[in-house]
Amino acid sequence: MSASIAVEHVWKYFGDFPALKDVSLRIEPGSCVALLGRNGAGKTTLLRILAGLSRPSQGAVRVDGRDSREEATRRRVGVLGHAIGIYDELSAFENLRLFGELYGLDRPKDTALEWLERIGLSAVRDGLAREFSRGMRQRLALARAFLHQPSVVLFDEPFTSLDDRAIAVLQQLLSEARARGATIVMSTHQIREAMELSSDVALISRGKLAHAGPRTAEMLADPGWLYRQYGDGQ
Amino acid sequence: MRFLRQSWSVAAKDLRSEIRTKEALNASLSFSLVILLLFSFAFDPAAEQIRDFSGGLLWMVFAFAAALILNRSFARELENDCLDMLLASPVPPAALFLGKVSANFVLLMAVELIALPVFGIFYNVNWGMQAASLVLVTALGTWALAVIGTMFSALTVNLRLRELMLPVLVYPMMIPALMASIQLTTDLIAGQPLAGDSFLWLRVLVAFNVIFTALSVVFVDTVLLG
Amino acid sequence: MREKILYALAAIAAALLVYNMNQIFLVLPDEKDQGAIYRIIFIHVPVAFISLLGPFAACVFSLMYLSGKRLQWDRAASSMIEVSWVFATVNLATGMIWARIIWGIWWTWDPRLTSMFTLWLLFGGYLMMRASIQDTNQRARLSAVLNIFAAVNVVIVYKSIEWWRTQHPGPVLTVRDGGGMAPGMEQALWLNFLAFALLAAVIVLVRMRQQSVEQEIEAMRRYAHAL
Repeated sequence: MSASIAVEHVWKYFGDFPALKDVSLRIEPGSCVALLGRNGAGKTTLLRILAGLSRPSQGAVRVDGRDSREEATRRRVGVLGHAIGIYDELSAFENLRLFGELYGLDRPKDTALEWLERIGLSAVRDGLAREFSRGMRQRLALARAFLHQPSVVLFDEPFTSLDDRAIAVLQQLLSEARARGATIVMSTHQIREAMELSSDVALISRGKLAHAGPRTAEMLADPGWLYRQYGDGQ
Repeated sequence: MRFLRQSWSVAAKDLRSEIRTKEALNASLSFSLVILLLFSFAFDPAAEQIRDFSGGLLWMVFAFAAALILNRSFARELENDCLDMLLASPVPPAALFLGKVSANFVLLMAVELIALPVFGIFYNVNWGMQAASLVLVTALGTWALAVIGTMFSALTVNLRLRELMLPVLVYPMMIPALMASIQLTTDLIAGQPLAGDSFLWLRVLVAFNVIFTALSVVFVDTVLLG
Repeated sequence: MREKILYALAAIAAALLVYNMNQIFLVLPDEKDQGAIYRIIFIHVPVAFISLLGPFAACVFSLMYLSGKRLQWDRAASSMIEVSWVFATVNLATGMIWARIIWGIWWTWDPRLTSMFTLWLLFGGYLMMRASIQDTNQRARLSAVLNIFAAVNVVIVYKSIEWWRTQHPGPVLTVRDGGGMAPGMEQALWLNFLAFALLAAVIVLVRMRQQSVEQEIEAMRRYAHAL
């Protein structure tokens, strides 16, 4: 079976400094990978390369067998970074319609309206994102990332500072995505939540892949176990 | 076809948010009025020779007022990391770039088409004799400003000294296009038709636009993706 | 080995410069119209050529950098631009001194002066932008693109300023016509061109080494932070 995401001997240099050192990783379709590691270990760098936002200095990344910068690949990938990635000067509806158009959906308007309904923002669809509360903006950002039914979902620190309702929406969306057979990669500090959701874990330490494999019962019982076993401790 | 639709979505998005806040537009417009006022102190505003350098004055106003709009073009995308989301979407960077150039072109033209009649009134210059040709020349010069300005806005978007670097880079790059626009505008306002020597400058302007639009489309990918 | 080549080049450049200076200042006679000041062209003209060639040579290295992303090409391109820019400054300064003495004015909007000034501004912007970027790869990538834009623009600038200034006649330099030169003077000019070209090459090589060391230090600092 071909991997959903194949990372082959990826190096990324910032100047002469290697932020990623010879990282190779295969992620099977339908798995949910928690990408763990300390700050500055290279999690965000790796996720940016997977998302096609940054090019590896050496090595290659294939998503569903294609280059990560190919248009067809990006159509299937959903991305959410640290920041929410929505336009403050546009209304909730305009934000979703814009991304619907950019992702080449057939009916961007209808899709936007459906999603506003799902995340409970129909009543304020014409309100500017600037005026929304933080939780509302987070739900809007989640809708933006899932709008085009991605088959690969890349999240950088999804649980950081989400409010309760947004976490509920996120968990709902993630389980739907998994039911659809989508592959999920998320980097996070919130080890406990990540462990509960994930089927596999990958630990990055100082730019190297320290461990990759299925999430085991020990990890769930004691989230710090993985770090003690393979990492440099926190 | 899809490329054009995506460009259009980006352009419409930029125009919509600018028209909603009018931040850059208002700043640019009032700045151009201030420059027009300052010119009246620089020389005798009633002098007949004003026609001889009307092109220079106008393009000075256009070029300086443009910096305020161009500065915002990519900086607008930095809030909430929207630029990353655009680059992660299936939109090719070239389509993103052309969308932004088009939006900037429309905004710059809007400011210029207000500044032009104001200039005519303040300095008693009749610019309407060859209005169609004048608008054509303005459009060509503005496209040059929009392309170079948007490209360099992309180039400087992640720099600490973004606002300072943009004018330092844009104006020297713009010199051939500005020279051509100044020459053509002065000729048209003086009542000379587009013929003879003017064609040389029209060719310079068109060549500048073609060369740098093509170069930008080729290199915008390299600039936006590290 | 590299170091030895560098020292050898520097020694040749220095020897040649000493020889040339002796020729220019002590052996060659004053020119009949201009007097002693004509000697400035032995510096003015060679630095002009080098400052014009530099950006195009650098453009080749910028393209090489963008195709292979190897930092040594960036170091080569940027060192060439730095040296060209300094030579352009020398060219403008010597030109102004000459103009002050022969024409009585520091500056005239002659096509060549205007074009050189534009080039100086263009690459001054390049150097300013480089100085403002911390990350080595980002700096290399962005300045390579800027270099390509600026080099293409230099061609357009030179052509259009020529057209512009011929429509607006003004004082034009004709004295620099090589044809009217005495053979001894022409030989001195060529030799000094060679000397300055060698000097430029030596400075470029030194700057490349400096930049390479700077980048090593930067990487070590990153390592230290990562620990």
